[in-house]
Amino acid sequence: MAETQKIFGASIKRKEDPRFLTGRGNFTDDVKLPGTTYAVFVRSPHAHARIRSIDSSAAKALKGVLAVFTGKDLADAKVGSLPCGWLLPGIKVPPHLPLAADKARYMGDAVAVVIAESPYIAKDAAELVDVDYQVLQAIADTEKSLLPAAAQVHDQAPGNVCFNWSIGDKAKTEAAFKSAAKVVKQRIVNQRLIPNAMEPRASLASANPATGDVTLWVTSQNPHVHRLLIGAFVLGIGEHKLRVISPDVGGGFGSKIFVYPEECVVTFASRKLSRPVKWTAERRESFMADAHGRDHVSDAEIAFDENGKIVGLRVKTIANLGAYLSTFAPLIPSYLYGTMLSGVYDIPSIYCEVTGVFTNTAPVDAYRGAGRPEAAFLVERMVDLGARALDTDPVELRRKNFIPKEKFPYQTAVAFVYDSGDHHGALEKALEIADYRKLREEQAQARKNGRYLGIGVATYVEVCGPAPSQAAGSLGAQAGLYESANVRVHPTGAVTVFTGSHSHGQGHETTFAQVAAQELGIPIENIEVVHGDTAQIPFGMGTYGSRSAPVGATAVYLSLQKIKEKARKIAAHLLEANENDVVFEDGKLSVKGSPDRFKTFGDVALMAYLAHNLPKGLEPGLEFNTFFDPPNFTFPFGTHIAVVEVERDTGQIKLERYVAVDDVGNVINPMIVDGMVHGGIVQGVSQALWEAAVYDENGQLVTGSMMNYTIPRADDVISFETARTVTPTPVNPLGVKGAGETGTIASTAAIANAVMDALAPLGVKHIDMPLTPGRIWDAIKGR
Amino acid sequence: MYPAPFEYHAPDTVKEALALLDKYQDDCKVLAGSQSLVALMKLRLAQPAHLIDLRKLPGMVGISESGGTLQIGALTTHRAVESSQLVRSRLPVLAEAAAQIGDAQVRNMGTIGGSLAHADPAADYPAVGVALDASVQIVSARGERSLKVDQLITGPLSTTLAPGEILTQVRVILPTGRTGSAYEKLPHSASHFAIVGVAAAVALDAKGNVQASRVAITGLASKVVRAGWVEQALQGKAPDAAALKSAAARAAERLELRADLIGSADYKANLAAVYTERALKRAVARALEK
Repeated sequence: MAETQKIFGASIKRKEDPRFLTGRGNFTDDVKLPGTTYAVFVRSPHAHARIRSIDSSAAKALKGVLAVFTGKDLADAKVGSLPCGWLLPGIKVPPHLPLAADKARYMGDAVAVVIAESPYIAKDAAELVDVDYQVLQAIADTEKSLLPAAAQVHDQAPGNVCFNWSIGDKAKTEAAFKSAAKVVKQRIVNQRLIPNAMEPRASLASANPATGDVTLWVTSQNPHVHRLLIGAFVLGIGEHKLRVISPDVGGGFGSKIFVYPEECVVTFASRKLSRPVKWTAERRESFMADAHGRDHVSDAEIAFDENGKIVGLRVKTIANLGAYLSTFAPLIPSYLYGTMLSGVYDIPSIYCEVTGVFTNTAPVDAYRGAGRPEAAFLVERMVDLGARALDTDPVELRRKNFIPKEKFPYQTAVAFVYDSGDHHGALEKALEIADYRKLREEQAQARKNGRYLGIGVATYVEVCGPAPSQAAGSLGAQAGLYESANVRVHPTGAVTVFTGSHSHGQGHETTFAQVAAQELGIPIENIEVVHGDTAQIPFGMGTYGSRSAPVGATAVYLSLQKIKEKARKIAAHLLEANENDVVFEDGKLSVKGSPDRFKTFGDVALMAYLAHNLPKGLEPGLEFNTFFDPPNFTFPFGTHIAVVEVERDTGQIKLERYVAVDDVGNVINPMIVDGMVHGGIVQGVSQALWEAAVYDENGQLVTGSMMNYTIPRADDVISFETARTVTPTPVNPLGVKGAGETGTIASTAAIANAVMDALAPLGVKHIDMPLTPGRIWDAIKGR
Repeated sequence: MYPAPFEYHAPDTVKEALALLDKYQDDCKVLAGSQSLVALMKLRLAQPAHLIDLRKLPGMVGISESGGTLQIGALTTHRAVESSQLVRSRLPVLAEAAAQIGDAQVRNMGTIGGSLAHADPAADYPAVGVALDASVQIVSARGERSLKVDQLITGPLSTTLAPGEILTQVRVILPTGRTGSAYEKLPHSASHFAIVGVAAAVALDAKGNVQASRVAITGLASKVVRAGWVEQALQGKAPDAAALKSAAARAAERLELRADLIGSADYKANLAAVYTERALKRAVARALEK
């Protein structure tokens, strides 16, 4: 047992890395099929324009061009609209056609596609497609979209309102504000971001006209979801005839959850032409046409009583959804945002209203954290602003308002029941690592010397592991949110794990194998994890919301229990022992008290398939499938502390230290969790300091390349000091909470709080992100 | 990213290269380190029908000193300039500017001649070239000519290079006496191009007063700007902190600054002053070491 005990919880090197590090990965663009043709999309250069006509004759005349399809061709073939997978009451769902037919509604909206023998020819031909646009007034700005004079994006959504959603007790919250001793208000902007996964989106469709079978390779975080939505809603292909493969995928951060126009169009084209059709996004297409993230403008108010206890939080948010509803767009600024506004605090009354708006911009959907970073940033900024207004230490104010440990499971004022938590534990650990008291002394000294040193604390909670399917369904999900896992033990005792989770950087091939190795007591080398293929995996809901460990790995674990139970039956039979006396340890099934009487796991597996001597009534084989539908979400939490120095002359910010204490429950592989935490922090720091997607008043994306949209480099950040507390979740038998998003959720607030703390002597209370040197300098000039 | 069709030529001699240039005139572009032109071609913003790669031409790479003049072959990479012992010891400002260009990959490929001929308004070399009063050697079928860097660059991505001309070498007369120069840059967080870059060169007289100075600013205008008004403010002055500060405060005086995503016009004016002061301070310190 000693050996195997270490596998779960050990920093085992990633099984997938040798192939990635030596260029032997197999990404969608690497898949080569004979006779492949190439698609290039013709995209609207205008944010809002009526399509008067499209003349593709010159393009079609180019040698090597096989076809040009427009929105009209798709409509004639009865191609459907891209569906929205989460519906809120009263929501307006305008059609989202794979190729815009009447109007282009954002810069980058695809209006035609060219299919040619080579990507060069396709690109040349795309330049020859003559689209006659009538340019219309555009609206890109989140707040201004609601003004009466704003351009209308969809006739079906008057005033550009997609939905009005609210949560919490309005009357109770109003009463709390009326009797409050102190109220602090702030307008909070959470700017739009562009995901920029390292691998651009890509798809390759291959239709077999003889069988009617279609295989689609696509950069998807959830191939079964792609199969269902494309097959059932867009193209009318039965699941038995559509195979979706998501091979190696180079990062997603949410942006590859969604069904996009391009994979539908290449599948359509392949069926039309009976040739494989491939499309790989250029980076500028990623900027224009990948789903963006965030983009909230909020008015927030927090109320305190005379003792500094938070008595109410009131939030009004406008959430920019872009030009069309992306697959899960409505969910992000509603149930993943408003429900998280209680943060780590015991707040008796909260009320939040969200208006989702359409604009002439790229669709907005989940981006790492998805709603929770927006909520955490708002709450943590408001608490810091409260501390400033109450003239109290921000740490003290947090301690005073934390949900006490003994109150878990804790019912918030905004629907969720937090599973478990120890916010004091994480805070105290982070303060100790950072040496908070000493930092404050250093800050006092620095201020005397005219230096602007700031310390920012963010204490966060997030929601992971979606989700109980029944609860999700009652909130508008158009799908269940369980996960499946099939564990197949082969006759020699080698094991293949088929999981509906999808790994695109998370390292499941390692961590899920660790779970199996731990349970079966066999070497991790004897286990292979297969994911990303609808023909091999029974079913799957995929990877997002940090759900793979708490939901996907749990499904694996439960299948392993079934394997172990059957193995025990076979071993008991072979050993002529009572099943209850068989001990399964270290890859051996032995009789309790007689360790010499044993069968190896391999012996049992072989017998399961030989079937020469099985207990009566037991069927041969050793393979089980499980669907795990979690009883609740999980709620990771922690404390992040940032130390920054602001250069008064230029407004530049230097990150001096970053301490992260996260509690993600039990940890399967600490190295992998550290990696995810580091990556998440970099993304959050980057949002706080550098990143912003900006459209001008005509809806032109002015940050459309890496020349002006900052993707952080390794030397832009410092070494982070990471640590953990461990509060296992009772929601799943592994006790794991999920660790994929904590970094982005905590870090924007930690950085912003640190910068505002640095500028406190100058009287600066709040500056909107990104905290660029120019914005900092403008805020402090003349002070 | 797929560029428009083009024909690629890699001539072995200058003569062949000039013949190709003469033949294709406006239909061709010269390729040096490929760090700017190829990016534009991939975006199809540049669609030359012919690409004439200079990298096989003899004598275009290398750094040497001859008769008090530093000579740098046009195809010498930023990395070679950055790491050259000759440059670091005799003209450290050039090495420190080279070291701040782009990232390691760009510096390993990009060239000094390519950068100057491309004339990006936020590039680093033009500021240093103007501050050092550097010149470039230009060859064409008509013969050879020499041009000061501030005469070479006329605007964003535009120069006085005529069709048929190749920039072959950069020359800097090595300053003697009590001279010093420095380059200070605030890079854009995304592109690493200069939001502002200031190169300053200072010569002190026997009394330690400013005998001559040259200050050039990149990033804030449509091309590199020589800030003569700062130089005038320094002329004959003792280069103490107050004098440098007050001269630097005039840095943005004749710049037409506009607000954009980087910041307000006021912010940019402030940056010009702050970075000019920093460059002057270090240039003076270097002069005083001599």
